[in-house]
Amino acid sequence: MAFDADVAERLARDAKEIIARYPRPRSALLPLLHLVQAEEGHVSRDGVEFCAAQLGITPAQVEGVVTFYTMYKQHPIGEYSVGVCTNTLCAVLGGDQIWQELSDHLGVGADEPTDDGKVSIERIECNAACDYAPVMTVNWEFFDNMTPEKAKRLVDDLRAGEAVAPTRGATSVCTWKQASRVLAGFPDGRAHEGVQAGPESLRGLDLARERGWTDAAADGGAEENR
Amino acid sequence: MTALTPILTRAWDRADSFTLRSYEDRGGYRALRTALGMDPGALVEAVKDSGLRGRGGAGFPTGMKWGFIPQGDGKPHYLVVNADESEPGTCKDVPLMMADPHLLVEGSIITAYAIRSHLAFIYVRGEVLHVIRRVQQAVAEAYEAGYLGTDILGSGYDLELVVHCGAGAYICGEETALLDSLEGYRGQPRLKPPFPAIAGLYGGPTVINNVESIASVPSIVANGADWFAGMGTEKSKGFGIFSLSGHVTRPGQYEAPLGITLRELLDMAGGVRAGHRLKFWTPGGSSTPILTDEHLDVPLDFESVGAAGSMLGTRALQIFDETTCVVRAVLRWSEFYAHESCGKCTPCREGTYWYKLMLARLEKGNGTEEDLDTLLDMSDNILGRAFCALGDGATSPVTSSIQYFRDEYIRHFDSGGCPFDPAASTVWAGPRDGQGAT
Repeated sequence: MAFDADVAERLARDAKEIIARYPRPRSALLPLLHLVQAEEGHVSRDGVEFCAAQLGITPAQVEGVVTFYTMYKQHPIGEYSVGVCTNTLCAVLGGDQIWQELSDHLGVGADEPTDDGKVSIERIECNAACDYAPVMTVNWEFFDNMTPEKAKRLVDDLRAGEAVAPTRGATSVCTWKQASRVLAGFPDGRAHEGVQAGPESLRGLDLARERGWTDAAADGGAEENR
Repeated sequence: MTALTPILTRAWDRADSFTLRSYEDRGGYRALRTALGMDPGALVEAVKDSGLRGRGGAGFPTGMKWGFIPQGDGKPHYLVVNADESEPGTCKDVPLMMADPHLLVEGSIITAYAIRSHLAFIYVRGEVLHVIRRVQQAVAEAYEAGYLGTDILGSGYDLELVVHCGAGAYICGEETALLDSLEGYRGQPRLKPPFPAIAGLYGGPTVINNVESIASVPSIVANGADWFAGMGTEKSKGFGIFSLSGHVTRPGQYEAPLGITLRELLDMAGGVRAGHRLKFWTPGGSSTPILTDEHLDVPLDFESVGAAGSMLGTRALQIFDETTCVVRAVLRWSEFYAHESCGKCTPCREGTYWYKLMLARLEKGNGTEEDLDTLLDMSDNILGRAFCALGDGATSPVTSSIQYFRDEYIRHFDSGGCPFDPAASTVWAGPRDGQGAT
């Protein structure tokens, strides 16, 4: 079976807009997969066939791509996908313990949604926030400097429907589907929310200001010469 | 003592730093006006003269890369910004794009103009939602202000800039895998040559540059190649963001001239966490061989780190103290490489798989010294035998850990298990800036 006619029509309009960004249609495949994931929460057989039809390629060609990239989910996951970084640095600093306690707390394994469908957890690779280790994510928003206690409270709040704010991100986390739509290239108008940088990002700059190093040619010079 | 040089990071403490208004207030897009008044070839020369080398890890001279693009060939040229930051330990491009995305947009426009490209892409990893929002907004603002689109600032130059999100694959940080991914395929590396400058995106001449390289371009245009070349060391010129993470008192981003040492950086960051000492560290991500406390005074430039047996990489300084089991660390990195190997080349695909299995066994204490020889032999058969550097990178933690910590492997075998307590390595096990128990 395929998408309902009205859904298919709406998605086809979005797909057309995505395809128009590229000189060759096939380049649109990754954003198209984010688009169908935004619709269904995962990439279903319908989603695969939809993408294939938009691009004039075979479903098998689409499947080959879906299975390569870890962000595409091939079965339903939680409304909030909670990532725990267990790459070496985060793992050593406590990510392994967070993962263990969190999966025990929820009673689910990787990418298995809780009974209420609210939360699933995933072991993620390095997410480029190592100065904030141990790092977690919710629908790809940053939750920095985590502990097992904070992690358990976070998923409890998500399941209870409480508003949850990332450390560096929008003022509250959006749903998995909403996040996927942004990844497909349809902004949600929330770029202005949240901090511009976390404290760790500013450590060097703060020190430079404290020691008067910013008056060097580097900073002052750049200001003047511009 | 080397002073920090906040250039790329200098506006990060302004609450509105990511907005066009903030960027223009501090002189943003003036370098673009200057550049559009120059001959593209002169821009390429200026970046060559600056000595800027790629900030994505390999350190290839940026201006030379631009210079490889054939001119007057009648083909479309492409600029692809590699914003797929995912090398373990590397965390500089993400905060840059979050705090100051216009710096990247302005750099992208100048670079595209220099290589005579009219279509550019920012390939940003998908797992950083808010960064993507900020980059999307910056690009939209730049279009609105006339910095992108047709006849930019009345110069007659046209450029379209597309933000393209990845979908979770470390390998796509490798430039040719990134191109395949951007073309809508599985991200697998291509055989080189031909290099992307000749046959890149859609088979056309393509420049692929890292975010930090591109973000450095406006300052070079504004202040001149000599200004840039006046910083850093003889062959590693300019400044870069050094990212300190791990068992350090004040982890974070420290922008400094190339050639600063870990000792100096650690001093600025309050040292290794209280009551502990440095055991091992990566100079530039997990793909660069680990170093130890013997190397605290190695100048962090391309040549000196190379001479010390490692690579400058992305200046991702992951610091591990004496509570950390090196075998556990290497096992986890090996699991990462096995997970992320694209499977195209047999030595990398099979080698990382067997690394993972062997190291899991060794970490449990079920190994012998002969296994270490096997690991080194395997490493010889992976290094340099795959299309891209992922396999090479996977060998780095294995061979360097055996070089510096052979005894620690043997302690695992002798005691029939891991002699370390993982709880002792956690943030909450020791004091760090008021966090955790003291």
